[in-house]
Amino acid sequence: MSDDKLPAEHAEGHGEVAAADNPFADPGLPAHQVRRTDIDERAAKRAERQVSLLFVVSMLATIGFIASYVSIDPDKIVYIFPLGHVSALNFALGMTLGVALFCIGAGAVHWARTLMSDVEHPAERHAIEADDEVRADVIEQFKTGAGESGFGRRKMIRNTMIGSMALVPLAGVVLLRDLGPLPEKKLDHTGWDEATPAVPIRLINMNTNEGMKPEDIAVGSLTFAKPGPSVLRPEGLQESDDDFQEAIAKDALMLIRIQPEDIKDANSAGLGFQGVLAYSKICTHVGCPISLYEQQTHHALCPCHQSTFDLSDGARVIFGPAGHPLPQLKITTDSLGYLVATGDFSHPVGPSFWERSE
Amino acid sequence: MKKLSARRRHPLAALVVLLFALAATGGLYAAFAPAEAAKADSSAQSLKIDEGKRLFAVGCSSCHGLNGEGSSTGPSLVGVGSAAVDFQVGTGRMPAQQPGAQIPKKKNIYSQDDIDAMAAFVASLGPGPVVPTADQYTSTETDAVAKGGELFRTNCSQCHNFQGAGGALTQGKFAPSLEGVSPKHIFEAMQTGPQNMPSFPDSTMPEKQKQEIVAFVRYQSNEAPNPGGLSLGSLGPVTEGLFGWIFGLGVLIAIAIWVAAHTTKAKKS
Repeated sequence: MSDDKLPAEHAEGHGEVAAADNPFADPGLPAHQVRRTDIDERAAKRAERQVSLLFVVSMLATIGFIASYVSIDPDKIVYIFPLGHVSALNFALGMTLGVALFCIGAGAVHWARTLMSDVEHPAERHAIEADDEVRADVIEQFKTGAGESGFGRRKMIRNTMIGSMALVPLAGVVLLRDLGPLPEKKLDHTGWDEATPAVPIRLINMNTNEGMKPEDIAVGSLTFAKPGPSVLRPEGLQESDDDFQEAIAKDALMLIRIQPEDIKDANSAGLGFQGVLAYSKICTHVGCPISLYEQQTHHALCPCHQSTFDLSDGARVIFGPAGHPLPQLKITTDSLGYLVATGDFSHPVGPSFWERSE
Repeated sequence: MKKLSARRRHPLAALVVLLFALAATGGLYAAFAPAEAAKADSSAQSLKIDEGKRLFAVGCSSCHGLNGEGSSTGPSLVGVGSAAVDFQVGTGRMPAQQPGAQIPKKKNIYSQDDIDAMAAFVASLGPGPVVPTADQYTSTETDAVAKGGELFRTNCSQCHNFQGAGGALTQGKFAPSLEGVSPKHIFEAMQTGPQNMPSFPDSTMPEKQKQEIVAFVRYQSNEAPNPGGLSLGSLGPVTEGLFGWIFGLGVLIAIAIWVAAHTTKAKKS
């Protein structure tokens, strides 16, 4: 397009006056500038084709999306630089849908910028409030209505209405009962509570699924255990059990061994067996599984809120929001030398709850 | 006797006398030689221990004591075994650069021969885990990665993250990333429990299970595909959210500004 089709630079803009004598005067709008597509039909046609092309690309990409969804095997992994080994299906779906949406957006923006009218339309601003006459009328109507209803005169109606409206929210409060029933004693007990000194429960290693002897637990080692066979659960807790997740969330144990002279808490040492200590793996703050055990400091850290327990000192809380030490399980050995529990944890496992006994 | 003296000028007589003399000397030496000298052992192993002791005196004794008995600045090495030395020195953690909450991994300055010599010396101080051989830490099972994944999530993921990306511990300590760690070093770490890592002895985690864990960790850092493209450190929602907010929204804002700032006015300038 030749320059002679262009309008003259800034044909006298109607706002660009009066700046000399009054710098605060309203400058008004600058002169409207035409676009190339407004004055050159060929440019307009070209822009139209470009917009259409973008929309056609979007259509093709959507068809590509459907085609890749149908044809690509979900397990297929391909190498794509620089992403590495990625799922072919994920990549194809993401790319095609991305292109389809981008082209619609780009086409719409290009259309608006080149072809739709861009003439400025000034709109005057007014105060939001209604004018005084309307307001006075509404207030008058309200007063009339209040007078006709006798609200101020018939006090009994007024008071009973207020009473009924005050009571209605109680219906919602009553519905809170559905949050119950209360857990009663369920949270106080774990899978270890069937153990008695007469019928103990063996500690089963989570890795090997077998019992452990104290000599298996080396100083500085960390082992995870679950309850073994008991009266109610002759097979012991199995991962295939329906309630495995629920049970292990309370029963999980971590077993460590500390040199007996390094155990600071005499009570805790008494619950263990020759320095082997069995602590609950469930944090007493909000119940995360914790076992970030540091074998030199004997600290166990909870990854959720950084509660830190000193396992050499009865799992005392030394940092963080947890409110109780970790419950400890009293362990000893049976006649064959395997580690067993003779009762439930010293305290309820996991986070605090209202009915918690301590 | 006559017969014997008659042959004393025989050409082989000197040889017979010589053999007698040698046998007598050898027998007498064996009988009367000092006991210490008789025990002197010049096998390759003891040479290695001597060499290791020399290296130990130079590189390690300032903290661990001249005989590995430990001091206020370094623990006793009696009973840590050769696997611990191979891990600590092989990954450059020892000799420690400076004291701190945790001794970080750095460039290893010793050759494998030197490490073996020091390991032999430390192993001679007391029995402990032995440096594993390749068949000890290499699993041949086809389902090792899957089983190792289960074991990893039970035993390791709490500190090292579910993909082995590592994580923070208390007071400046951290669980390092397992990416690119050699199978031998992973195995040794489980055996010996370096620094604040608990150990996982064969009595509670049999060798086969350690092999499976090694197989899983190696798979994660070498072969595991990344279905979505960018792993973003495998750290979970934090990095993903950061990426979404900064790159995703940032690019959208930039495009919006570009769209609004550039007009198609037919200006000459």
